[in-house]
Amino acid sequence: MVDIQQLFNGLSLGSLYALFAIGFALVFGILDRLNLAHPAVFAVAAYVGIELVTSLGISVWLMLPVVFVVGALLGLVIERVAFRPLNRRPDAHFAGLISSIALAGVFIALLQGRYGPDTQRFPAEALPGATFTVLGAQVSAVQVAILVISIVLVVALGLLVARTRLGRGMRAIAENPTAARVLGVNVDRVTATTFAISSALGAVAGALFALNVNTAQLGMGSAIELKGLAVIIVGGMSSLPGALVGGLVLGVAEVFTVQYLGSSWRDLVAFALLFLILVVRPQGLFGKRKVREV
Amino acid sequence: MRKIVTIATVSTLALALAACDSESGGGGSDGELVGEGSGADCTIGAPIPVGAALSLTGGAGSYGESQRNGLELAVAHLNDAESGVTYELSVEDDQTDPRQGITVFEGFVDGGSSIIIGPTLSNGAFQAQPIAQEGAVPVLAISNTADGITEQGDYIFRDSLTEGQVIPQTIAAATEEFGLEDVVVMYSNDDAFTESGYEVFAESLEAEGVEVSNTLTFSVSDTDFRPLLTEAAGAEPDAIVVSGLIEAAIPLVTQAREVGLDVPIIGGNGFNNPQLMSDAGEAAEGVVVGAAWNSASDNPENTDFLAAYEEEYGSQPDQFAAQAYAAMTIVDTAVRTNCSGERDDIQDGLTNISDLPTVLGPLSINENRDVEHEAVVQIVEDGSFAVLD
Repeated sequence: MVDIQQLFNGLSLGSLYALFAIGFALVFGILDRLNLAHPAVFAVAAYVGIELVTSLGISVWLMLPVVFVVGALLGLVIERVAFRPLNRRPDAHFAGLISSIALAGVFIALLQGRYGPDTQRFPAEALPGATFTVLGAQVSAVQVAILVISIVLVVALGLLVARTRLGRGMRAIAENPTAARVLGVNVDRVTATTFAISSALGAVAGALFALNVNTAQLGMGSAIELKGLAVIIVGGMSSLPGALVGGLVLGVAEVFTVQYLGSSWRDLVAFALLFLILVVRPQGLFGKRKVREV
Repeated sequence: MRKIVTIATVSTLALALAACDSESGGGGSDGELVGEGSGADCTIGAPIPVGAALSLTGGAGSYGESQRNGLELAVAHLNDAESGVTYELSVEDDQTDPRQGITVFEGFVDGGSSIIIGPTLSNGAFQAQPIAQEGAVPVLAISNTADGITEQGDYIFRDSLTEGQVIPQTIAAATEEFGLEDVVVMYSNDDAFTESGYEVFAESLEAEGVEVSNTLTFSVSDTDFRPLLTEAAGAEPDAIVVSGLIEAAIPLVTQAREVGLDVPIIGGNGFNNPQLMSDAGEAAEGVVVGAAWNSASDNPENTDFLAAYEEEYGSQPDQFAAQAYAAMTIVDTAVRTNCSGERDDIQDGLTNISDLPTVLGPLSINENRDVEHEAVVQIVEDGSFAVLD
């Protein structure tokens, strides 16, 4: 019974990792950029979500779509400020990486200026307190929501990339941005949209994370940042299904580590798993990205 | 110029009056802080300079704010009373930084303060107190709970109970109330305060004959405790005992109820925060925590304090404000013992505090210069702390 309970704990934690990591994977897979402002979006979204619920008194479920939109707007800002001006530089990958770290610093500083260093929380009465018993395990409404929302968003994203005109544009850019432009794809618009979708997913992940533990801290993004990078490496840098599976694997591994080895080992085992996968299947990181799974 | 003449005149007079007290330590004055009379009749001409080193900004800023409120309220009451002794309080910010605390202490020692109150955190106290000890200036710590604070020298006193004093009373009361037989203990093992709290918990549980079926550790920055709590629930304990800070306490308590752990949760001083009820809501019901101050206590000192604080600041005081307020009661008593604001006389007075009625209840200073008074064991009921008895 304890194991089933832990499996649920691991799946909801892991789907949060996946939702967060998919933002990384999307931008990296299509645009070949690593956006390290993504963890800051995660934190900003959590604070915005709490502000919305506290100040406007809206329900936590209504808050999530609003946070999704806020995240999308932040994604547009990140693309415009941290990446687009550097596009023509020969070292655009590295320059973008650094400038996105700088922008993340700005976001966090603004957050601290507005809210101070203290932990922020949802009002106790706003939290959905419902719990269900599934196979003898106690599962909270928030945990179920995390699992469902994450899977729905990831599947929807997969369909968007595979089936829509926008998705075709994304795939064309992933293959060759110059050729895509020649073929009439509006590269700037698709790039901006990719950032917006990526950040929107990261924002929902941040709000759900805060909801899950009723805690939002300035450092919450950096705490999950390495996990997110580990997830996309485990899953294969640019693969969306890979990020989903990688997230779930990491979450479950972490939870069972706590159960059987102790909490102090949780990060060690997660990153040992990362090394193991890199040794056994190095394609994720070092393989030629010829086969696009996006 | 005129001021100097006045001071010189008063000093000469005071010296003449207190000729027998020639050994008193320097307070930056020449005896003007020595009064006449004794106890309630003591009259001292010059105001007694009291320095307070508090963390008004930085990580401990919210604690320092409460402490300043408590001190200012107490000084205002003492000065209003026209009882012959007045105090001149100067509050300096140590920015929650031990190095800044040292600078503030040096300023007070050189500037002639008769006594230094603070600093807010034990960490800073260990760094700054030796300066006062060397300068022979008495220090009264008002919120430090670490072991060894007063071992730094014979000028160092405190009016805050240590975790080592509060936790055994908490465990004893909870064991009796809930008939505890076996418990699961959880603590964050990467923080000095919570780890030393854990050690006291472990000793107290052993002393009460309560079995610890599992000890689980977490990190001070953890927020997701479900895996740990699930494991704890598997042991079917009578209670969960937690040494953690308020940041961990709130998600931990909430998630414990979610995974179906409805047993009492016993916390250390980190849990002693009204945020617990406001942020964890119903999940906080049944949380047991020991405290140095009983806000519901109906001794006249406390009821007066509650009313005055509410009127002055528009909010309820917390333990930090109460301990700060009590500090001035203690200082005033120590000053009146020898009717002198000289440093050595206050130091002597502080060693003679016994059964003094304060907002914290009747308290004494023991031979180790630590305070002794009864702790209160609280339980969360209907969204607020009630006394467990």
